[in-house]
Amino acid sequence: MKFGVVVFPGSNCDHDTYHVISKVIGQPVDFIWHRQSTLNDCDAVILPGGFSYGDYLRTGAIARFSPVMGAVKEFAGRGGLVMGICNGFQILCEAGLLPGALLRNANLKFICEHINMRVETTDTPFTNRCQRGQVLSVPIAHGDGNYYCDAATLAELQRENRIIFRYADAHSNVTKESNPNGSLENIAGICNRERNVLGLMPHPERASEMLLSSQDGRIVFFSLADTLAELAKAS
Amino acid sequence: MSLASLLPTVYCLLPTAHMKAKIYVTLKPSVLDPQGKAIHHAVETIGYRGIADVRQGKYFEVTLDEALSAAEARTAVERMAHDVLANPVIEDYRVELDSESAS
Repeated sequence: MKFGVVVFPGSNCDHDTYHVISKVIGQPVDFIWHRQSTLNDCDAVILPGGFSYGDYLRTGAIARFSPVMGAVKEFAGRGGLVMGICNGFQILCEAGLLPGALLRNANLKFICEHINMRVETTDTPFTNRCQRGQVLSVPIAHGDGNYYCDAATLAELQRENRIIFRYADAHSNVTKESNPNGSLENIAGICNRERNVLGLMPHPERASEMLLSSQDGRIVFFSLADTLAELAKAS
Repeated sequence: MSLASLLPTVYCLLPTAHMKAKIYVTLKPSVLDPQGKAIHHAVETIGYRGIADVRQGKYFEVTLDEALSAAEARTAVERMAHDVLANPVIEDYRVELDSESAS
């Protein structure tokens, strides 16, 4: 199996993501430059955090037109696993691979702190190693993480069990106080209908080693690796 | 030199028409605008009275190549507004087109 980490001009979490996959998860990983039109035969692709194109126009609005996004869309269309972290989530929404949009944080501040996110469902390739209701301590670092969608989209996400992570307190309660940015229904991460594309605002790659005070985030990468291993066995 | 031979030179000195498109991008009414609220609060603090609401949007000016017809220009700009300048999930847009002489 091989992972790919896409690099846009302005991505800054690409190396952290690469490091976790390579050294913590112990899997082969490649960088994929945004101008490439192929994905180097990767089995899972990650759009990392950062400030692609300086967040000009809107966060992720220009990155979605990068040549590599054609390949990412095609890959996702045939069931390939795609995870967008922070700016990656924003790019996936702008590209239409995930519904809704990420707005300016409700309190207008850039928030850089550890939060707790609750796992809402283990029925995804990204959370299959988790327990339902499990709380992961993971940092956020964003100014535009306020998830918004219209009422019809929210109903669809709920009906199809596609809200994957929600901001919660340390005891697994979803509360207003535990919501750092005003996101609708405390939504921290969602997936697409086919469940092969995930977007989340928190940074699991910054919580994969105790050196950074939490290794809760590694479970997302291990879940992905497990899924790829199962897929390889089945083929 | 005859007057007739001067005409081509004079014609080149006339101003050419470049169409300008103005695109207004605003948040949909259902979307929260904390920046607008912050501005509202700020202007009230300064002393302005009678301000019921403030919402912040974006404004783009696009100057078009003179080779495009008005219809082609409008089509191009509408598509650019829909595909790039606005995010239709959260924003509405309005396009205004006017021909004016380049200065």
